Amino acid sequence: METITQEIGVIEEKSVKSQAVEVSGSVALLEALIVEGVETIFGYPGGAIMPIYDALYDYKEKLNHILVRHEQGGIHAGQGYARTSGKVGVVFATSGPGATNLVTGLADAQIDSTPLVCITGQVFAHLLGTDAFQETDVINITTPVTKWNYQVTDATEIPEVIAKAFYIAKSGRPGPVLIDITKNAQIQKFSYEGYVKCNHIRSYRPKPIVRHQYIQEAAELINSAKKPFIIWGQGVILGSAEQEFKAFVEKSGIPAAWTVLGAGAIPTDHPLNVGMLGMHGNYGPNVLTNDCDVLIAIGMRFDDRVTGRLDKYAKQAKVVHLDIDPAEIDKNVKSTVPVWGDCKETLPLLTALVEEKQHTDWLKTFNEYTAKEVEAVIHKELNPETGEMTMGEVIKQLNEITKGDAVIVTDVGQHQMVACRYAKLNKTRSNVTSGGLGTMGFALPAAIGAKFGAQERDVIAIIGDGGFQMTLQELGTIMQSKVDVKIIILNNRFLGMVRQWQELFNERRYSFVDIQSPDFVMVAKGYGIDGKSISEREDLIPALNEMMSHKGAFLLEVMVTKENNVFPMVPQGCSVSEIRLK
Amino acid sequence: MENTINGTKKVSPTGGDLEGADEKQEFNITVYTENQIGLLNRIAIIFTRRKINIDSLNTSPSEIESIHRFNIVITESEDVVRKLTRQIEKQVEVLKVYYHTNADVVWQEMALYKMSTDVIAEKVSVERLLRENGARAVVIRKDYTVFETTGHREETDNLIKILQPYGLIEFVRSARVAIIKKSDGFNSKLREFERLEPGEDVVENEYLNKGQKVFTM
Repeated sequence: METITQEIGVIEEKSVKSQAVEVSGSVALLEALIVEGVETIFGYPGGAIMPIYDALYDYKEKLNHILVRHEQGGIHAGQGYARTSGKVGVVFATSGPGATNLVTGLADAQIDSTPLVCITGQVFAHLLGTDAFQETDVINITTPVTKWNYQVTDATEIPEVIAKAFYIAKSGRPGPVLIDITKNAQIQKFSYEGYVKCNHIRSYRPKPIVRHQYIQEAAELINSAKKPFIIWGQGVILGSAEQEFKAFVEKSGIPAAWTVLGAGAIPTDHPLNVGMLGMHGNYGPNVLTNDCDVLIAIGMRFDDRVTGRLDKYAKQAKVVHLDIDPAEIDKNVKSTVPVWGDCKETLPLLTALVEEKQHTDWLKTFNEYTAKEVEAVIHKELNPETGEMTMGEVIKQLNEITKGDAVIVTDVGQHQMVACRYAKLNKTRSNVTSGGLGTMGFALPAAIGAKFGAQERDVIAIIGDGGFQMTLQELGTIMQSKVDVKIIILNNRFLGMVRQWQELFNERRYSFVDIQSPDFVMVAKGYGIDGKSISEREDLIPALNEMMSHKGAFLLEVMVTKENNVFPMVPQGCSVSEIRLK
Repeated sequence: MENTINGTKKVSPTGGDLEGADEKQEFNITVYTENQIGLLNRIAIIFTRRKINIDSLNTSPSEIESIHRFNIVITESEDVVRKLTRQIEKQVEVLKVYYHTNADVVWQEMALYKMSTDVIAEKVSVERLLRENGARAVVIRKDYTVFETTGHREETDNLIKILQPYGLIEFVRSARVAIIKKSDGFNSKLREFERLEPGEDVVENEYLNKGQKVFTM
C-alpha cells in the first residue's frame, strides 16, 4: 500500500503535512475524493447529508458539484460520466427518498458494469431502526443492485471505507458501490492521518491469474477453425483493451460482431467489423452465429437479447469465452475453452499464438448477408421514399455531420436500436446507452454526465418522445450548469417499441402506447434552451447543422413516421437464425 | 436436449440449459467469509432471487479466528448449484465457496423434543423407544422433559413419528453442520488470500474445467 502525499486537498494547504489533524467525517470524505482524482460530483442535498454539503462549500474550487433535478438524474449522469471518461462516477444523495431514487440507476450500473461510488446521507446512528424522518434501510434496499455497499456510523472508518469503495468500483468487473454515512459520522471530528488508496482486499479477487494452458488451447482451436467468428462486448472497453483487441482481430483475420454495449471498441467501418448482434442486430452476425465452427466471445455475457433461444444458439460451434468474471463462464453458454482473465492481458497472449490469416470466403458470406439486409431493410430505412422521415435517415444525416466522432447517448426503445444500428462510431467510449436494464429516461441525464466525462467531444443525446418525458426535469441541470449537449427527440407519437410488439404479436391491440407530448421546443425554451421542431425532410440537414453549430445546448425535435418497425428482428423465443427481415 | 416435463422445456432457474447434471439432490454449500454485517442478506438473496428455497442455513466460526463459515443446504441440480456457488464467491467479502453432495461430507443436525414427564414415567415403552433412538434427556422437570438427538435428517424425523402418539409437546431441529471429508482446512488458503499476488488455486474457481475431479460437468 502506498500513502499518497503529492495529491492534496484543502487540508494540507492550510495545515501541517504528515501529521494527524482533527477533521470531520465530511471533510475526510471530500479529501478522499480528491486523492481518488474525482473532479465532478453529481448530487442533490437534503437533511441527512447536510454536513457533507456544508464541508463541500469550502471545496468548491477543487470539486465541481453539479446540482441535478432528481437523484435518478444524478446517478444516470454519474453513469454517463463513467462511460465516457473511464473513471469512477460519483453521486451524492440524501437519505430516504434521495437514496431510493438512486435504485434504478444502481440497477442499471450493476447490470452494465459501470463503476460508481454513491454516497448517501443517513439519519443519526442512534435513530437507525426507529422510522425516523427520511430514514430508509438503504443498505438492504440496494444490496441486490450494488457490487458492494456499506454503512458508516463512525467517522474514523471513512478513509478506509472510501478507499475500498473506489477500489471495488473500478477493479475487476466494475460496478456500483454505495456508502451510506450516518449524520453523526459526517459531523464527528477525529484524528485524520491522511488517505491511503486501497489495492488489496483479501476476500476479493478482481483479476484471475491467466492460465496459459487455456490460452494455448484457445489458440489451437482458433487456428484450426474454418469459420471462426468473434463476438465482443463492453469488456473490451471496460478493460481498455481496444488496441489489443484490434491487433487480435487484424492478425487472425476473423470477422467480428458487437453487442450494443461493445459498439465502438473498433470503428464501425473497420473491414472486419461485420455489425451488431442480437434481437435487432444485423442479419449476417445473427444467422452465421449458427453456422460458425469456433465462436470467440470476448468480454460479453451472452445476454438473452443477444442469444435468442439458448438451446438453439451456436450448438454447432466450439466456444472460446474470454471474461474477467468467473460467474459468467458457463452461465448461459457452455464454453469449450474458458479464457478467464482481464482481456488486456489475455488478448496479447492469444494474438501471439494465433496464425495470421485471411478468411476471405467466410467474410464474403457475411457480406452477402449484408447485401440482403441492405436490400430488404437498410436501404429503405435510410433512403425512404415516403413523405415522412424515418429514424434511420436522421441518424444517417447525423453521421454525415459528425463523421462518427461524436459521443452518441441513447435512451431505450426503437430509436435506441436504430441509433445503435446506424450510428457511425470512430472512437471507443462513444456509445452510451442503457443496455442491460433498458432504463427509459436514461439518456438526457446520462448525456449531461457524458459531456463532463468528455468535454472536448460533441455529445448528442438521441431520445424518444416517451423516454424524454421520464427525466426531462434535467433540462434544468443543463440550463444551470450550461451543459453543451445536443438533444434529438425522434418523435413518433407512440411508445414505439411496445407498439411494434403489439402490432407483431398482439394483433395490433395498441394498449396504452399512444402517448401525447408537450411542445418540446417550448419546454426547452422555458429552460432557456434553444430548439427547433421539424417534420419535413428538406429541413433535416439544415436543422442538424444548426444544432451542431449552435453554441451551447440545443433541442431538435424530429417528427418521424408513426408506425415504423425496427427490423431485422429475432422474435422472442426464436433462434438467432430465425431472424426476420420483415 | 429432450428434457421435457408436460411438453414444456425444462430450463434451469439460472437460465442455462440443463445437460446431464439435472437431477436434483441435496447439496451442502460451504462458504468461508469475512464477518460483516449484511453479508448474510447478500448471500441469501442469491437464492431467493432465483426462487430457490434454502433447506438449512447455519453460520458459525470456522477453524480460523475472524473467518466465518456458512453451511447452506439446498435441493437442486448440480448445474444450478455450480452457478450459485460462483455467484456467491463473487461477493466481495466471500473468500471461498465449496459444494458437496451428502456423501462427501460428515454432517449432523440436532433436534430437541419436549414430552410430558408423566407420560415417560408411566409408559416404559417410551423410555425404550427413546433409548433405541439415541435420545438423551437434557432437562427433566416435574411437568416436562426435553430430549435431544443428533444425527441425520431421517433419524431425527423418525423419532418425531415415534413420539407423536405419546403427545409430543414441542419439536425443533437445528440447521445442518457439515465437515468436508476431503478438506485440509482453510489455514493455508487464507495465507494465500492475504498475499498481494496469490497463487493460482486461490485465484481460480476450482470447479472450472476440473469437473472430473470434483464432479462430472
